[in-house]
Amino acid sequence: MSKKITIEPVTRVEGHGKVTIQLNDNHEVIDSRLHIVEFRGFERFVQGRPYWEAPVLVQRLCGICPVSHHIAAAKALDVIVGAGDGDGLTAVGEKMRRLMHYGQFFQSHVLHFFHLSSPDFLFGIDGDPAMRNIIGIAMTNKELAVQGVMMRKFGQEVIRLTAGKKIHGTGAIPGGINKNLSIAECDELLKGPDPLNADKMVEWSLSALEFFKNYHKQNHTKVDDFASFPSNHLSLVRKDGALDIYHGVLRAVDANGKRILDDVDYHEYYNYIEEEVKTWSYMKFPYLKHLGKEKGWYRVGPLARLNTCDFIPAPLAQKEFEEFKAYTHGKPNNMSLHYHWARLIEVLHSAEVIRDLLHDPDLQNDDLVVKVKGEKKHEGIGVIEAPRGTLFHHYKIDDNDLITMANLIVSTTNNNEPMNRSVASTARAFMNEHETITEPMMNAVEVAIRAYDPCLSCATHALGQMPLEMTILGPDGHVLDHKMKD
Amino acid sequence: MKKILVYGYGNPGRQDDGLGVHCAKRVKEWAEKHFPEAIDVDMNYQLNIEDAEKISHYDEVIFADASAEDIIEFAFTTLKPSKAQLEFSMHAMAPAYVLYLCHTLFGKQPKSHLLHIRGYEWGMKEELTGKAKQNLDKSFRAVTMLLTNYLSDN
Repeated sequence: MSKKITIEPVTRVEGHGKVTIQLNDNHEVIDSRLHIVEFRGFERFVQGRPYWEAPVLVQRLCGICPVSHHIAAAKALDVIVGAGDGDGLTAVGEKMRRLMHYGQFFQSHVLHFFHLSSPDFLFGIDGDPAMRNIIGIAMTNKELAVQGVMMRKFGQEVIRLTAGKKIHGTGAIPGGINKNLSIAECDELLKGPDPLNADKMVEWSLSALEFFKNYHKQNHTKVDDFASFPSNHLSLVRKDGALDIYHGVLRAVDANGKRILDDVDYHEYYNYIEEEVKTWSYMKFPYLKHLGKEKGWYRVGPLARLNTCDFIPAPLAQKEFEEFKAYTHGKPNNMSLHYHWARLIEVLHSAEVIRDLLHDPDLQNDDLVVKVKGEKKHEGIGVIEAPRGTLFHHYKIDDNDLITMANLIVSTTNNNEPMNRSVASTARAFMNEHETITEPMMNAVEVAIRAYDPCLSCATHALGQMPLEMTILGPDGHVLDHKMKD
Repeated sequence: MKKILVYGYGNPGRQDDGLGVHCAKRVKEWAEKHFPEAIDVDMNYQLNIEDAEKISHYDEVIFADASAEDIIEFAFTTLKPSKAQLEFSMHAMAPAYVLYLCHTLFGKQPKSHLLHIRGYEWGMKEELTGKAKQNLDKSFRAVTMLLTNYLSDN
């Protein structure tokens, strides 16, 4: 006989999900699942549309990470129009896309840390729920809260200037981009009034890292042990092994650092990655084909990226990366809450890259689109590292230039299995031998999921809004307890 | 001179969810002709933390959004700051929450209003439904009339 505990939706996670934790008669956790219950229909929606519309159409998925989808789609279409295999653009074309992408990375990571995760570090996961939000931060550490707001604003400005507009930006087009960046626009970001300039962003990125590292120093057991379990890690890396979020090859390592996917061409991802469908979730479960479902699942995102890459091509972030790697003696880091540490190193990396790109005179070039193109193809694949992890866009078109097939493997889908395992790990640690559910218990499960910064809207294309609901079912299925947050 | 911000939000790629943005676009065109100095217009997919800083620079703010609630055509209400974050989707913020954040972080509290325009369908399409278009027309006329009266008096 067993009990079932259901938590829905997961607060402070994009869209919504439902967590079910199964207890036995001794109140021990015997199973857990993160259900994704929204229908995913986007791939079918783009079928029949002209291929050049895809980079703008995909932004309709949700308004949370439109830039990532915009760029991944544009990369896939570069292949279709014969503009290389992801690295065939003009200098200004590639650098403008990179700038837009790093701007998105910066603002997305900043929002996640300051708005969603830092409350857990400031107040503890058993802290007052009324305080565990940015208002709570504002009341106890106003400077930190203001920094979060202004850093996010800076990232949004980078996107606005590179994409042209905030909604349905058209910056990236097949074969290039549709605008460059004037010196005045660069100066706006380089020499903007304090704090809205690139130097201040680098400075604040360093102080955010210090904030996390100080917390870690004082709570290292709690941080290190929370939802810690071995896993594989997958990401793009540059051909020389550098961290690169725009272009590269696919690399995966196992929990001990052994290469299990050795810098393969992402245009053949389907030879290496397969997706399993489970009846209780609309979100698929990707895994490495050659290792099978049981052993082939992997993590993506900041933690995975720092586990797969050899170095970071930016001096301050590289220094932090070395400290991060030294903590696990050069071995992959399998501690879920270290996603936050890795994410903040990427914030610093993004700030450095944005600053350096803004000094690059190539941004003022006029050759926005490649002029000499290769043969047009009927199929294109674009892969980038989105803030939450590796993002695959795959399109096929017919002779009339209409899309006949689209396959998207979004970052959150790649993290489906590890998120489920994190829930299980947390549930065992916090809920074993407990008959009733407390707010800290519920939040602990959410903290575990939140570490991945999942975008369930994106993974399922839900509009996503509902109150938090928790139900406990007894062994015979009747409701023992039901709680609603609104 | 009083400075006013009209801020439309929503996803125009999700049919009537884009009503706030469509309204803001029309107000922008109108304001550029009639009150270019007094009215600024912005739009985005959703409200977020940086908007707390943005609205701190204005005397009055009108948020325009689509609504699935059972209202007749549109509703115009005064906003009060509230820290109750009703939307669990973590990157989306309610306007009252943005207002609260603005006051807490930047010590400003612009007079704020919410224009809710009734929408009906939320699929992945650009075009508004017929009824939503009618509501947009009516709400646009109302908000421009309010703005004209307000700026004539101030």
